[in-house]
Amino acid sequence: MIYIFMFIAAVFVNNIVLSQFLGICPFLGVSKKINTATGMSGAVAFVLTLATIITWIVYTYLLQPYHLEYLQTVSFILVIASLVQLVEIVLKKISPALYQSLGVFLPLISTNCCILGVAILVIQKHYNLLESVVFAFSTAIGFGLALILFAGIREQLSLLKVPKGMQGMPVALLSAGLLALAFMGFSGIVKL
Amino acid sequence: MKKLQSSLTNMVLSLGIIAIAAAALLAWMNRLTEEPIRLAELAKQESAIKEVSPAFTNSPVAEEILTSSADGEQAACYPARDNGRLVGVAVKTVSHNGFNGDIELMVGFTPEGNIYNYSVLKQGETPGLGTRMVDWFKTDKNRQSIVGRDPARDNMTVSKDGGDVDAITSATISSRAFLDAVNRAYGVFRQVSGQLSAAPVAEAAPADTTGVVTNN
Amino acid sequence: MKKLGIILNGLVNENPTFVLMLGMCPTLATTTSAINGLGMGAATMFVLICSNLVISLLKNLIPDNVRIPSFIVVIATFVTLLEMIMKAYVPALYESLGLFIPLIVVNCIVLGRAESFASKNGPFDSMLDGLGIGLGFTFALTLLGMVRELLGAGTFFGMTVFPDRYGALIFVLAPGAFITLAYLLAIINKIRKVS
Repeated sequence: MIYIFMFIAAVFVNNIVLSQFLGICPFLGVSKKINTATGMSGAVAFVLTLATIITWIVYTYLLQPYHLEYLQTVSFILVIASLVQLVEIVLKKISPALYQSLGVFLPLISTNCCILGVAILVIQKHYNLLESVVFAFSTAIGFGLALILFAGIREQLSLLKVPKGMQGMPVALLSAGLLALAFMGFSGIVKL
Repeated sequence: MKKLQSSLTNMVLSLGIIAIAAAALLAWMNRLTEEPIRLAELAKQESAIKEVSPAFTNSPVAEEILTSSADGEQAACYPARDNGRLVGVAVKTVSHNGFNGDIELMVGFTPEGNIYNYSVLKQGETPGLGTRMVDWFKTDKNRQSIVGRDPARDNMTVSKDGGDVDAITSATISSRAFLDAVNRAYGVFRQVSGQLSAAPVAEAAPADTTGVVTNN
Repeated sequence: MKKLGIILNGLVNENPTFVLMLGMCPTLATTTSAINGLGMGAATMFVLICSNLVISLLKNLIPDNVRIPSFIVVIATFVTLLEMIMKAYVPALYESLGLFIPLIVVNCIVLGRAESFASKNGPFDSMLDGLGIGLGFTFALTLLGMVRELLGAGTFFGMTVFPDRYGALIFVLAPGAFITLAYLLAIINKIRKVS
C-alpha cells in the first residue's frame, strides 16, 4: 500500500519537473513533438531506475562503510556517465530497434539533473533498496507524464498566432506555468 | 605542448590521475572543514536553545540527554539552569508528517511544563504556506499561539481535529506535523522532568563550546 | 579591451539564462527570494571559474576520448569542495539551496563552458570567461528572485515593501517561477530587438 502512495506522490503531488524543478532542460528542450517526448521519457525511465539502483548500492556498500560520504557527488556522476555509455553500447548490440528509438536521447541523459537528483534524494531520505526503486521508477513516470503533456500543448501552440515578443520560449514557459498550476491541485491528496 | 593521443594507456593514466588527485584533494578538504562544520552545527543548536529557554548560565549542550520518545523517535533534551536552578528544558524532536520531508523542532518548556518558546530547526514546507510555522505559532492572535500553554491542559491539535490551536491558513498538514512534533516534545519532557529535579545542582564550570565533544 | 570583451560576452551576448537558456533547473528552483538567487549564482560562479581554470591548464594532458568524464570529475570535485565550505561557513544558505548545490555538477552551463571555451583557450581567458558567464547567471537569478520575492511576499532582499497579505503567493510557488521567467524573457527579447 505504501508503495502505491509513494507512486501517486511522486507522479502527481511532487512531480519531479513541475514542482521539484529537476530535469527542466530536457523538459524544455525535447518537448516540441510528442514522438520525441515519448522516446525521451522511455530513455529516462530506463536509465533513472538503473542508475538509482547502482548508486544506492555504491553508497551503501562502498562509501558508507569506509566513511567516504564526501565522495558522493563525484562517484555518483561517474557512475551515471559510465552507465549511460554502457547502456548505449549494450542496446546497440542487443536491440537495434530500441536503440533506434532511444539512442539519440542517451547522450543527453548524463547531464539530466533528475538522474543525479533522484540518486541523491534517495540517499537523503534513507530509503531502502526496494523503496528507492519504486521512487525512481515513479519519478520517471512523473517526468514522462509532464513531458508528454507539455509536448502535446506545444504542438497545439505552434499552430496559434502568438504576439511577437512572446513567441518561442516565453509562451512555452507560460504554458508550463499553467501546467504546474494544474498539478498544484493534486497537493495534499496523499501524505507520506 | 602537443595534445596527448587517445591511446588506451594515455586514457587510463590521465583519467586515473585526475580521479586520484580529486579524491586526495577532497579528503584533505574534508579533514579541514570537519571541525568548522561541527562548530557551525553546534552554534546553531546553542542559539536555538537560547531562543527557547529563559536566560541560563550553564551549558545545556554539555548536559545533553539523549533519549527516545514513547513512539521510538530520537529526541534530545537540554536542561537550562540559572546558577544551578533549573529554569527550562529545551527538547529537540522531529515529525515525519511534514508536507515535504521531516520537520525538526526545538521546543522549550518551563520546569512546570508550560511551553516557553520554540524554534524550527529544519523544515521543507511550501514557501509562503507551511514555512509560516516559523513564527505563526508564537504570534498572539486568536488561538494560534502555543507559547505559554500547558499541553497537559490544552488539546494541542488543530481546531479542525477538535483541538485548541488554530492551524496555519491553508496549511493544515504542516500545522498537524508541527503540533505532532510539539506533543512528542512534551512527552519527552515529561519523561525526563523527574530526572531533572528542580532542586539546585552543583554546576559544572560553564564549558566553552569548543571543549564540548558530541559524538556524531 | 579584449579581456573586457570576454566578460561582457558572458554577461550580455551569451547570457546563460536569457540567451542560451541553459541551467534552467536552479534558475527556476532557487529563485524564491533575491538572496537565494544571489547565493546560487555566486556558488555557480565559483565552480565555473575554478573548473574553467583547471580544465584549461589540463587541456593538453587529457586525451580527447576521455575528455567528458575528466571534465565531469574536475567539476564534481569543485562542487564538493564548495559544499563543504558552505556547510562550514554559511550553513543557513546551504540549507535553503539544498539539493541544488550538488546539482551544479550537472548544470549544463558549467560543462558547456568547459567544452566550448576552456578546452580551447588559455587559463587566464578561461577564468575571465567563467567570471563573465557566472556574473550573467548571477544577474539573471538575482533579477528573477527579486521579482518573485517582491510580487509574492512583498519584500525586497528581506525588507518589507508592502504587507505580505497583498502578496500573490503564487509567485513564490512553482508555477510563479515559470510565469515570471516567461515575462522576463519576453521583455528581454523586446529590448534586444530594439537595440
